[in-house]
Amino acid sequence: MNKLKTMDRQVRGNYLTYLFVIAAFVILQLLTANPAFSPTLRGQLVPICAYVVMALSLNLTVGILGELSLGHAGFMSVGAFSGAVAAAALQSAVPSPGLRLAIALVIGAVMAGIVGTIISVPVLRLNGDYLAIVTLAFGQIIKSLIENLYVGVDGAGLHFSFLKPNVTLAEGGRMILNGPMGIPNVTKISTFLAGFLLILVTLFIIFNLVRSRAGRAIMALRDNRIAAESVGVNVTKYKMMAFVTSAALAGAAGALFALGQNTIVAVKFDFNTSILILVFVVLGGLGNMFGSIIAAAALTILPEALRGFADYRMLIYAIVLILVMLGTNSPQLKALLQKLLPGRNREEV
Amino acid sequence: MPKKVTSPNDSPLVPMPSEAYIPQRDLDKTPILECRHLGIDFGGLTAVDDFNLILGRTEIAGLIGPNGAGKTTVFNLLTKVYEPTRGTILLDGRDTHSMNTVQINKAGIARTFQNIRLFNNLSVEDNVKLGMHNSIRYGMFSGILRLPAYWSQEKTAHSRALELLSLFDMQDMAAAKAGSLPYGAQRRLEIVRALATNPSLLLLDEPAAGMNPSETTELMENIVKIRDTFNIAVLLIEHDMSLVMGICEGICVLNFGKVIAKGTPAEIQSNPTVIEAYLGKKKEA
Repeated sequence: MNKLKTMDRQVRGNYLTYLFVIAAFVILQLLTANPAFSPTLRGQLVPICAYVVMALSLNLTVGILGELSLGHAGFMSVGAFSGAVAAAALQSAVPSPGLRLAIALVIGAVMAGIVGTIISVPVLRLNGDYLAIVTLAFGQIIKSLIENLYVGVDGAGLHFSFLKPNVTLAEGGRMILNGPMGIPNVTKISTFLAGFLLILVTLFIIFNLVRSRAGRAIMALRDNRIAAESVGVNVTKYKMMAFVTSAALAGAAGALFALGQNTIVAVKFDFNTSILILVFVVLGGLGNMFGSIIAAAALTILPEALRGFADYRMLIYAIVLILVMLGTNSPQLKALLQKLLPGRNREEV
Repeated sequence: MPKKVTSPNDSPLVPMPSEAYIPQRDLDKTPILECRHLGIDFGGLTAVDDFNLILGRTEIAGLIGPNGAGKTTVFNLLTKVYEPTRGTILLDGRDTHSMNTVQINKAGIARTFQNIRLFNNLSVEDNVKLGMHNSIRYGMFSGILRLPAYWSQEKTAHSRALELLSLFDMQDMAAAKAGSLPYGAQRRLEIVRALATNPSLLLLDEPAAGMNPSETTELMENIVKIRDTFNIAVLLIEHDMSLVMGICEGICVLNFGKVIAKGTPAEIQSNPTVIEAYLGKKKEA
């Protein structure tokens, strides 16, 4: 206990965040063991995990690197579709759903990382508002590309077609991705346990990255680019590192999300989703990972919890959002939260 | 008389700068910095023109001049924040022509800024560790996975950071946020961060700005101490003449982007052109 008190505040905040996530998982596991547990909420567990990872990964770009990205759902989309296609193609080759999910998550992360790398070349030449607009455009481009992509699988492997659904498949082959129709029959293999583990891995990567040489360099770029260059920090390299890591984590979250749905379509990952994730990050606090987790979980449950209001559901949701934003910006409440919660500040990652 | 051979590469001959004011103890070594006919134009405006300077390896030199004379522009040229329009910069005998700001720092120039530029949201210690960015050598994955390289190098960096901070008696502030430090401490932290990059030439842009006389005296002692401990050259821009005349061995005076005088403090103080630049011309009686 003494050790906990003398520890760096930052490190303590990180440990408390891990602890909170583990505690939340254990409590939810116990609750869901009860058959009376609300089935709608049960169905929300995997999406909540996916959105928490999305918020955490976007916080790396917005809070730690300090660049506004408006196309984060694009990376989620790349991960979702590549992960779901991989899982469908490996259905017979890898019978264990757990292992198949793990492979799908890795493939989703790698594909989103690759797309992130390609996009970062033009994007990272820009700063501030211009960068934000370009990421927005890339989000739209990714959506349009996937809407026009057709993928089928047969004994010989995967077959791709662009714009036209003329994939010729051998005997016993089947279509996986059907352009604008998306993937109509996903085998649900995502579990709450997998989502929980992905959150832990994401936290581990972000916390350890931030508290290392590379993380210091990334935050130095945020605080003062000119000074960072003057002490020999390579701006492009570290901007890219943060951006690509963020994209890869979003890809894994996308794969987790997709494999917990019955069907997925590209429209799901549009501009609105990017903004929604940005709302999680801003609400939770820039650079504050604990806040991102709470905000993402709360705002994902909220629309479900408000079902009782029927037609007024989204209106109430919007009003609650405004009130929460006003509330979290009041100095008195901030001071109170600072005492209660670990790592409330932007700096205390 | 033989006919002159012309070529498209013909250009008029330019005399090389020869007046070198460097301390005697540095005379037998390559100068750490040599600027030849350095100049930059912004659009039609010539901000700095024909700037020549030679700095000894352990020299403390001053760059002075009225406001807007182009002093900070010279620093920005030396560190490649601006690309020179004309001229050559030799750092330790090496042409810095193709280098950018990051490479200049690696090659040995570190600087502070007139308007303080710290990493305000990071701790004092992390600011100094960022100065050591290129001497800490473990990759992103060692950092994330906390491999042995991470622990050993972070430990070395930690003790080195505290050692550097103790130069200015700042080791107790290591955990504080840089942005929360008092003004004088921020200026000192900038110098520590610059020193952490292991430079052979330190550029200080108005280090005494906003300091009271006793703080300035302490700063003067510290600058001399830094030179003696690290054996490096220091070039400083300063308006406080007690500091400049007190510690600088050579002084270069700029006005309207041109060097109007060079010499020892005593020579500069009695130079009529310098007095005119600072105080204006004497009225004809």
